[in-house]
Amino acid sequence: MSQPESAVADAQAGGQATGSLAELARRHGLRRAIARPSLPTYVRQLWARRHFVLKYATSRNVSKYSDSALGQLWQLLTPLLNAGVYYLMFGVILNQKKDIENYTAFLITGVFIFTFTQRTVSGGAKSISGNLSMIRALHFPRAALPLAYAVQELQQLAWSMGVLMGIVLLTGETVTIAWLLIPVALSLQLVFNIGASLFMARVGAFARDMNQLLPFIMRTWLYASGVFFSIPSRVADLPESMSFIRYILELNPAAAFIELMRDILIHDHDPPMWAWSTAIFWAVFALVIGFWFFWRAEERYGRG
Amino acid sequence: MAEAEAMEKALAAAEEPRVPHTGTPTVIVDDLHIVYKVYGSTSEAEKGNAATALLRLLRRQGRPQMKEIHAVKGVSFVATHGDAIGIIGRNGSGKSTLLRAIAGLLPPHKGAVYTDGQPSLLGVNAALMKELTGERNIVLGCYAMGMNPAEVRAKYDDIVDFSGIGEFVQFPMSTYSSGMGARLRFAIASAKTHDVLLIDEALATGDREFKRKSQERIMQMRESAGTVFLVAHNLDVIEDTCNRVIWLHKGKIKMDGDPKEVIAAYNKA
Repeated sequence: MSQPESAVADAQAGGQATGSLAELARRHGLRRAIARPSLPTYVRQLWARRHFVLKYATSRNVSKYSDSALGQLWQLLTPLLNAGVYYLMFGVILNQKKDIENYTAFLITGVFIFTFTQRTVSGGAKSISGNLSMIRALHFPRAALPLAYAVQELQQLAWSMGVLMGIVLLTGETVTIAWLLIPVALSLQLVFNIGASLFMARVGAFARDMNQLLPFIMRTWLYASGVFFSIPSRVADLPESMSFIRYILELNPAAAFIELMRDILIHDHDPPMWAWSTAIFWAVFALVIGFWFFWRAEERYGRG
Repeated sequence: MAEAEAMEKALAAAEEPRVPHTGTPTVIVDDLHIVYKVYGSTSEAEKGNAATALLRLLRRQGRPQMKEIHAVKGVSFVATHGDAIGIIGRNGSGKSTLLRAIAGLLPPHKGAVYTDGQPSLLGVNAALMKELTGERNIVLGCYAMGMNPAEVRAKYDDIVDFSGIGEFVQFPMSTYSSGMGARLRFAIASAKTHDVLLIDEALATGDREFKRKSQERIMQMRESAGTVFLVAHNLDVIEDTCNRVIWLHKGKIKMDGDPKEVIAAYNKA
């Protein structure tokens, strides 16, 4: 079965099958219905759909809790309960807090920041395969769907950040000038999330087993991102031959975003040197690669 | 006798793609083949369990649940400006697939569809959410069809009036009767003007009064649109609305021509 990889290959395939009809179409200036727009055109089309992206994200958030009695209150309760469960597990039962200053703030920041990335990427992976009927009925740049899922998680994050800042203040931290950097760090993370979720959207659209596998990948990522422990103190006494583990852990984008936020929120937290540069690198890299990779298959979504 | 002759003539016409001498072509379908994959087990025996799935994997067999369906097999025709083309055929004859291919939503396996402007399918059902109010769904549906906020504001009252759902617009769509839901969906979908309009079974919904209203709306849209394609099981609607009918059978054109002749032949088959 031939699957035209590009518009050019597609046109060639058409060229073989044609006779007078293709000629007629050319004479009257008719164009093929399926063709991938150029990258700049695609960005413009996507921008023209910004109202849809926002409305779709808000609508999904509203409809999500519409059948529960507490309704939208769950946007606040979900992060609160999450914080409670993780504190019970790692703070009280496993008692990890011995060598980390303000372990409560350390842990909750890690959990919330990681959850933001995790939920955006998992949502993105399902955004195409879960909306096939819409893709088969309506015309729009398909990247609008993973984008809408990212915006939806951003709206959720607004609540989580409120809870997070409340908890951090309760643990005895104070508001400092560094808090002005919170939007900067979150923007970098958002850009990374969008890139990663565009990438996963294409993977999830064609490899359907991904949705079964993804929770395990995400959990591994969670454990490797220093949510429950401090990466620098863990890797400090590794033997020389194992030092590659240190680089892997330090290059981990999720770890970088978590460390950034801890640096901002927790006064006694020493930020590793690599955090800002790693975060910026991953944000740019993920967006460029993710967007390009997603766009390359634009005309094939909805087929499989 | 005359009917048989007419049918033969139309059949002959169907074999050679019609290239009309009058009117500018708006849609050209050139030897179109559509193949798509379907997931989900087709029979109880193939469903199996984890063990049989593992066995299949070890024997290097593909997933039996995945089937390829050759829905459209070499369809060619030319539609011109001002045409209203009815597409008829049994369930599974490839009517809806053909519409989706013309709309550019399903890539051709072989052959091509050439169009003037962007053909659009009349239907926003997939973008709507039943947990949300009619109000929110109108805005969401309009954005999904590519309108901007100013256009949505301009069309909003018209959509509510046309659907006739009144104050129910404040309630979630899940509380609507099926007729009300269908009316609102049609009202949203038909609020936009299109170059080439594709309508899939939109007229089968609602009560008699709404059917009349929606048929009028389709006539209006036919006047403003270059070309209208209409799929319906209700042959009366096709005969009243269309000036040309294509009869699809098992993914191929069986007959293409005047509505009366084609429908008569279809009813005999």
